[in-house]
Amino acid sequence: MTTARDISKSVRDGNATAVDTAKSALNAIAEQDEELGAFVCVCEEHALAQAERIDAMAADERKKLSLAGVPIALKDNICTEFAPTTCASKILDTFKPPYSAHVTEKLVDAGAIIVGKTNLDEFAMGSSTENSAKCITRNPWDRDRVPGGSSGGSAVSVASGMTPIALGSDTGGSIRQPASLTGVVGLKPTYGRVSRYGLVAFGSSLDQIGPFARTVEDAALLLNVIAGADSRDSTCVSADVDDYVASLSEPITGKKIGIAREYFGEGLADGTRKQVEAALDKLRELGAETVEIKLPLTKYGIACYYLIATAEASSNLARYDGVHYGHRSQDAGDIVEMYSASREEGFGPEVKRRIMLGTYALSSGYYDAYYLRAMKVRTLLRRDLENAFAKVDVICSPVTPDTAFKIGEKSSDPLAMYLADVYTITANLAGIPAMSVPCGFDGAGLPVGLQLMGPAFSEAMLLNVAHQYQIYTNHHERVPS
Amino acid sequence: MAKLLTESDVRHIATLSRLQLSDNEIAMMTEELSAIVGYVDQLSEVDVEGVVPTAHAVEVQNVFRDDVVRDSIGADKALANAPEREETFFKVPKVLDQDTV
Repeated sequence: MTTARDISKSVRDGNATAVDTAKSALNAIAEQDEELGAFVCVCEEHALAQAERIDAMAADERKKLSLAGVPIALKDNICTEFAPTTCASKILDTFKPPYSAHVTEKLVDAGAIIVGKTNLDEFAMGSSTENSAKCITRNPWDRDRVPGGSSGGSAVSVASGMTPIALGSDTGGSIRQPASLTGVVGLKPTYGRVSRYGLVAFGSSLDQIGPFARTVEDAALLLNVIAGADSRDSTCVSADVDDYVASLSEPITGKKIGIAREYFGEGLADGTRKQVEAALDKLRELGAETVEIKLPLTKYGIACYYLIATAEASSNLARYDGVHYGHRSQDAGDIVEMYSASREEGFGPEVKRRIMLGTYALSSGYYDAYYLRAMKVRTLLRRDLENAFAKVDVICSPVTPDTAFKIGEKSSDPLAMYLADVYTITANLAGIPAMSVPCGFDGAGLPVGLQLMGPAFSEAMLLNVAHQYQIYTNHHERVPS
Repeated sequence: MAKLLTESDVRHIATLSRLQLSDNEIAMMTEELSAIVGYVDQLSEVDVEGVVPTAHAVEVQNVFRDDVVRDSIGADKALANAPEREETFFKVPKVLDQDTV
């Protein structure tokens, strides 16, 4: 499969046209997506117009485009002025955003070709992409299995080779978990590294947009384009952006890698443990040193996360009231009935469940016991990590307790689905960057991911370690049949 | 100690959430939310005495911009997705009864 790096070089050097690369991605989607269900919308007209614009540029202008002619897929909670943005929800079924997200603009300016919008769990709430009002997305490694979620469509687009790169969003693991379950690279940047302007809000203190790619190098290339300050998102930080590609080739000799027992305990499948431990051996062979660390509060992460994320969601989703945009119920008498009926008809079961839980956690009499207490535990979880990063550069762990599960297997037990987020949510609560890199396959031939977490704004170092691991191994070269 | 929710608690939360749940949904939600609340209750084990709550993981401060007029998207674009509109307004069902006005 061709990488974004090679495609953009060919287009920049005049050895390929952007129209050809766009058409080849559109053809791949036409051939494969009926079965995989990764896309909720294909933007053929926009893609071809953008490709023609790139081909018509003067050669020296085109040479400046770091993603010249590279096809990319965007999760359908990232606003695009030229295509509907539905969040895979009935309530936004016909919504056409009046503006594009910051990252959408950045991609277009860098010469990337947005070929479509991808499926997700409704409003990014879920870990399997099954909570979608649109379609079922299948894992290309075993089509009876989920691709993970919530950014399942973006992960599948890259894993199946329909596009070399994609964007997702990660509130509690929604980039890293599907990346792990489909055998691709996925990165959640530091909170505030990438503008959330035009990302439909779920948990505003946790949400971050980030890249999917087959290679770490492509993920770095894509992060170079989307990272950086934006005055339209006041939580977006102005700290200097590193050149994430430039530092990839540095040796990792002497890097200290923390291993926390709490991430290898009960519930971790043997097939996953084996591959992650083998990856740690490889990192030692590359000269890294592993150090045991303690993260004793890890087990409280899920409870903390599901109170904070749902509280924020209940507030963010209050805007869907059938007044300004989105679904409006037709059989309501007065305005309050109209709100309640529109929301009842427009939201799916998981979204309702989370709005209810969040409203409860914030309601009079329960605020102190639940929401406020969760925010205090969040402080302690951050402190746990700060103490660890005083001793180590990176923390390595599995991304998920097990590989991809069967479609429908967990959908009747919401709590069981939440518990599988145990390894990913701490990074969101602490705001730190974390990524998943393919590290092998379990006994059933399903991909396993290695998680790397680093201190705030250490993306360059994480990518460096992951790249050195990747070029020393060949897991990323295996593709689904 | 798990604080299990009753159907009447769930109806109250549904009203606060502006969700017109069916009886069937209320019954299911009572069971599911009770299980989840029972689980998150484990946070009461953690000693949080004197701990300052975290609202944002990365320190954020108020960000000010110059107080100058900027272009906005305009009425037509803002109204383009409206379920119902009249002239340059969003139209909604009646808010108050004639009698109460």
